[in-house]
Amino acid sequence: MEISLAVLLAGIAATAAPLVLAALGETLSEKAGVINLSLDGTILLSAMTGFAIAAKYDSTLAGFTAAAGTGMLVALILAVISIWLGQSQVAVGFALTFLCRDLAYFLGAPFARTQGPQLTGSPIPLLADLPFVGSILFNHSLVVYASFVAIPLLWWFMYHTPQGLILRCAGENPEGCWAHGIRPRVVQTVYTLAGGALVGLAGAAFSLAVKPGWGRPQGCEGIGWIALALVIFGGWHPMRVAFGAYLFGLLQMLGIILQDSFPEIPAQIFQVAPFPLMIFTLVIIHLSRNVRNTTGSRLLALLSGTPPLALGRTHRQN
Amino acid sequence: MNILPASRLSSSLLQFAGITALATGAVCLLLFILDLSPVNIAGALAAGSLTSWLKFSQILSIWVPLLLCSCGLLFTFQAGLWNIGIEGQVVMGAIASTILLRLPANVLPPSVAIILSLIVACIGGGLWGIFAGLLKNRGGVNEIFGGLGLNFVAQGIILYLIFGPWKRDGIASMSGTDIFARDLWLTSPAGWRVAPAALVLAVLAFLLSWFLLNRTRFGLRVKAVGINTKAAQLFHIKPERYGLLAILIGGAMAGLAGGLQVTGVYHRLIPAVSSGYGYLGLLVVMLANYKALPVPLIAFFFAWLTAGSIQLPIMLQIDSSLSGVIQGACVLSALLVHGLRKKGGQR
Repeated sequence: MEISLAVLLAGIAATAAPLVLAALGETLSEKAGVINLSLDGTILLSAMTGFAIAAKYDSTLAGFTAAAGTGMLVALILAVISIWLGQSQVAVGFALTFLCRDLAYFLGAPFARTQGPQLTGSPIPLLADLPFVGSILFNHSLVVYASFVAIPLLWWFMYHTPQGLILRCAGENPEGCWAHGIRPRVVQTVYTLAGGALVGLAGAAFSLAVKPGWGRPQGCEGIGWIALALVIFGGWHPMRVAFGAYLFGLLQMLGIILQDSFPEIPAQIFQVAPFPLMIFTLVIIHLSRNVRNTTGSRLLALLSGTPPLALGRTHRQN
Repeated sequence: MNILPASRLSSSLLQFAGITALATGAVCLLLFILDLSPVNIAGALAAGSLTSWLKFSQILSIWVPLLLCSCGLLFTFQAGLWNIGIEGQVVMGAIASTILLRLPANVLPPSVAIILSLIVACIGGGLWGIFAGLLKNRGGVNEIFGGLGLNFVAQGIILYLIFGPWKRDGIASMSGTDIFARDLWLTSPAGWRVAPAALVLAVLAFLLSWFLLNRTRFGLRVKAVGINTKAAQLFHIKPERYGLLAILIGGAMAGLAGGLQVTGVYHRLIPAVSSGYGYLGLLVVMLANYKALPVPLIAFFFAWLTAGSIQLPIMLQIDSSLSGVIQGACVLSALLVHGLRKKGGQR
């Protein structure tokens, strides 16, 4: 299969859009100190509600709204049981992963393999006609543009606004926050919900745009775990996290291209391969940070980051 | 122990009642909204699994791998590790035992081959566990992500083997490898869905886990590492060593589960050999509040739900994933009740 660079890059931008949204949502809540481990289930459940509501009201907008609401609802359960009742965030998130996954399959069964609306491409006038860049950046559906805009927006919000400072403070030093008269638990709850909404949008981005439709399997299974890994290995920085998401998009696109070139290898291998490859690429980057004083390690230092100090720990206020 | 045994018992009974009420309430509410009858569904779940010995033994055939995985997870949880790599450990155990069972027929007598294949399964699962442990200790890779990566790798390896070197005569397919010769099966009596030897092994594994964790110095040290790593170090307990040992034992039990699925249930290697029992085991141990004693009962309850739900699409046109919804609701209710109790205790 002949494929031009522009088509490849445009494909990456489109397939990676939901992953970018999910990983940025997780970055937001982890920066505030809360691990939302339920991503894989949340994405699936919101993909289902997004598709079902969009089909029922014949409106993709309703679908995206419902999906964001679903993501927030799951995040709210996590926030109540972990932030306010002091249970382990990992444990609650893990239970939610499986509950949401099976709930999605159970509630979504009537909608499996039915017709529904999907987001069509909306090329931006003039810009879409630019040579090369136009087809890569400006000829997509709205949700892909949303993923483009979200990356710098989140970075600006986190590092250049007073609210962003409070957000980071709640994740780094909740006691300090408390001493300044800011209630860290409230801040954490707000950003867990906001992150959940982004993750919900990612789910609808799958079922209404990137992999339209609902079924078992939907095709977005496993993406949540990749998003979680991206946040850690991207050093909790929105730009680096998004870079990782595009790297995964590249791996997935390569899988599709190579599949055609090697028909004797079963398609299942190509579908599974990006997942271990991604995790181990991240692990190798991570491990090579320990090697000191080489040009490579200095380059990698640019990519590294430290976790928010209070990540996963519940603040006890007296 | 400053609490009297009687009040401890009543407090855990109260918790049990709270969790049951909450989970039942939530699931019933969901069913009412969907205009489904909980009574009909409970009836179908019971009819699908409890009406004959054949169906009951179907539950036991799920209980065996689930109990083995849960027991393995007890060790890693006690050491403070989230062994999400357990699915991959089941798969590697299954692959390891298949290597032995695919040897030419005249190399080993069948009974020796079966026993050796189960031992090799333990080793395969254990080594895959150690791999995740080393990634954590040496590479600083969180065991959740190392484990997940290794799960994906194990999935890739099993697909490669089934579609590549071990493919069926004629055409490779998702239905797995060729079926083994009959004398390499772990046999079940007529009318049984579960091999008695597998049942015995699972019960022994549980007794061993309970004994090791609650009655030996080793178990105490594993717990010490899990509760307070720094304090354990002051007592000259090497946290990394005990973490690795815990994940080795856990992986070996998961591997044994995989080996038993191959020799005793499927009699061949299939891509979905782990059936998600590893992940389900995580939920079992969480619901057991990381303690050994309730594990067999909870594993049985979960196995019953899973076995019974297979009938739901046929009898009531309801998706079988309802069993997973109930299991998830139970664990979430437990977390909520423990949280509320902790909150109440602070006041």
